Amino acid sequence: MKPSGLNVLVIDENRIRAAIIEEGLRDAGYDQLTVIDNMHGLARRIADLNPDVIVIDLENPNRDMLESMFQLSRAVKRPIAMFVDKSDEASIEAAVEAGVSAYIVDGLKQERVRPILKMAISRFNAFSRLNRELEETRGELENRKVIDRAKGLLMRSRGLSEDEAYALLRRTAMNQNRKIVEIAQSLVTAASLLDPGGKE
Amino acid sequence: MTTRHAITAGFVPLLDSALLVVAREMGFAEEQGIDLTLLRERSWASIRDRLAVRHVDVAHILGPMPIAGNLGLNVPAPEMIVPMSLGLGGNAVTVSQALWQRMADNGATADLDARANGAALRKAIEAQAGAALRFAVVHPYSGHNYELRYWLAASGIDPDRDIEIVVLPPPDMGDALAEGVIDGYCAGEPWNTFGVLRRGGHLATVKAAIWRSSPEKVLGVNARWGATNPEAMAALLAALHQASLWCARSENHEALAALLAKPTYVGRDAELLLPALKGALPVGGGEVRAINDFFVPNAKAATFPWKSHALWFYTQMVRWRQIEHTAERQRIAAETYRPDIYRAALKHLGIAMPSASAKVEGALTVETPVGSSGALTLGPDGFFDGGRFDPDDLDAYIAAQSAR
Repeated sequence: MKPSGLNVLVIDENRIRAAIIEEGLRDAGYDQLTVIDNMHGLARRIADLNPDVIVIDLENPNRDMLESMFQLSRAVKRPIAMFVDKSDEASIEAAVEAGVSAYIVDGLKQERVRPILKMAISRFNAFSRLNRELEETRGELENRKVIDRAKGLLMRSRGLSEDEAYALLRRTAMNQNRKIVEIAQSLVTAASLLDPGGKE
Repeated sequence: MTTRHAITAGFVPLLDSALLVVAREMGFAEEQGIDLTLLRERSWASIRDRLAVRHVDVAHILGPMPIAGNLGLNVPAPEMIVPMSLGLGGNAVTVSQALWQRMADNGATADLDARANGAALRKAIEAQAGAALRFAVVHPYSGHNYELRYWLAASGIDPDRDIEIVVLPPPDMGDALAEGVIDGYCAGEPWNTFGVLRRGGHLATVKAAIWRSSPEKVLGVNARWGATNPEAMAALLAALHQASLWCARSENHEALAALLAKPTYVGRDAELLLPALKGALPVGGGEVRAINDFFVPNAKAATFPWKSHALWFYTQMVRWRQIEHTAERQRIAAETYRPDIYRAALKHLGIAMPSASAKVEGALTVETPVGSSGALTLGPDGFFDGGRFDPDDLDAYIAAQSAR
C-alpha cells in the first residue's frame, strides 16, 4: 500500500533529529517530503510549500506563528487543524511526551495521517534515547578522567601504586557513603587550591 | 504548615513571569508548604499542550488564552480556569527607526501619547505608497493583538486592510525589525527595551497609554487539577499574593531584575529588565520616559481576575472575527475567570479586595478608593479614546465596535 500523495513538511532545528525522521518517513513511502531546519523566513516557505501535514518539534518557538497561519489562513490557502483530535488523549499525551507536534489540513482522514504521527513519536523517542546514552557515556568519560587525576595525585604524593591509589579512593568513598568520583573530585580540587601553580 | 503540596507551573521567559519566579525563589511558596517546580517553555502552544497532558498543573499564560481554549478555539486545550491575574500592563509597541522618523514627521512625540502617535501613524500610512506596513504580535489570542488592534482602529487604521499583522516569537522581533522584515511589534518586556537598546527601535506607545491598568498575563489552571486540589490552589494564590507584594516594592527591583536575568528564567541582562520594573523606559535615541503604571504587580487589585477583563477579551475575539457572538459563549468566557476562588483563597490574609466581580472598564479617570473590606484604590483605567466597556451591556459594545 502506498501511503503517499501526502505532502509532508518536517520542521526541526535539530538537523540530526530531522534526518532521523526524514529517513523513517521515506522508508515508509512518504516521498513528497520537505525538511526545514533553518527557521529563517519560515512563514513564507510554509505558504509556498502548502503542505498537507506538518511535523514540528514541540519546543520550537515558532509554533505560535505556525498556528496563527492556520487560524488566519491568509498565507496557507487551506485551513489546518491540530493533528490529533481532542478526543484522542492518548495520542496527544504520547506526542507531547515525545516532544513532537503535528498539524494536518482540515478534512484529511485521521487514519491516513496517524501512521505519520506514530512514526514521528517513535523516532523522537529513539532520538532522545540516543542522546541520553550519549550523555551518559560522556559523563562516564569525564568521571574516569577525574578519577585518573586523583589516582595520579595519590601515587605521586604518597608513593602508592595505581591499584593502591584506587583502593584508597574506593575505601574512602565507602566510608563516607559517597561516590568514588566525588572523592576524586574533592581531592583534585583540594590539590589545585594547595598548589595553584601546579598542573591541575 | 503540615500539608505539603507539589505544584508544577509552566512559564514563558518574560518579565511578568516574575510572580511565579519570586514565589519560588524568595520562599513564599515554601512558606505555604508548596514544592513549586517551574518549567520554562518557548511558546504558548507548548504551555497549552503541557497543561492539556498535565505535565504542568498551572501556568503563566496570556489572559485571553484560557477563554479561547474553553471556547474550543485552541485545541488541544484542557478546560481551564483563571483564579488570579499576574499583574496589569507591561507591554509596548516598538517601531523601526525608519517608521519612527515618518511618524515623527507627522507629529509623533517621545511622550508615547497613544492618541497623538496613533494619528501620526495613520498619516504616515496615508502618505506612503507601496507595500503595507507589517506589525508582529506574539499570539492571536493575546492582549498584545487586541490592544494593538484597538489602538490602530481607534486611530483610524484598519488592522486587517491598512497594515498586516503577523505572529512571531518575541525573541525574534528585534532582529526582524532591524532586518526590515517587520516595521513594528507589540510585545511584553524585556523585548521592547531589547528592541530599543540593542536593535535601534523606537517606542511608539505603551499598553498603559492605550488602556491604563489593563489585563495581561494570568494564572491559567487546569480545571480538573483545580477541582481535585483546591487546597494546593489556594496555597498557591496566597504565595503569589505575597510574591506580588514583594515585586511591587521599589527596594526589591534591582534584586528582582537580577533574579529574572538568570538563565533558568528570562535569561537576559538585568539592564533590559529593570526599566519596566522602575517604570522608566528607554524610548529610543537615548531618551528615557517615566510611564505611570507601566507594569503593576500588586496595587489597584492587579491580581484580581475581573470578569469584565475576561468579557472584554471576548468582545475582541468577536470584533476581529475569531468567533461569533452567542449568549452561551459569553457565559463561557465570563465563567473562565474565577474571582470567587481568589476571594476564598485570600480572605484569611485580611487584604483589601473588590466586592464586585466585574466593573465598567474605562470609567475611572482618577485613582478612586473603592470597596468596603479595606483600603483599596482602583484606576485610572481609561482607554485612550475615552471608550467605556460596560459588561452588563456587552451586546451594545459589540454592535458599536463592528459598526466602526
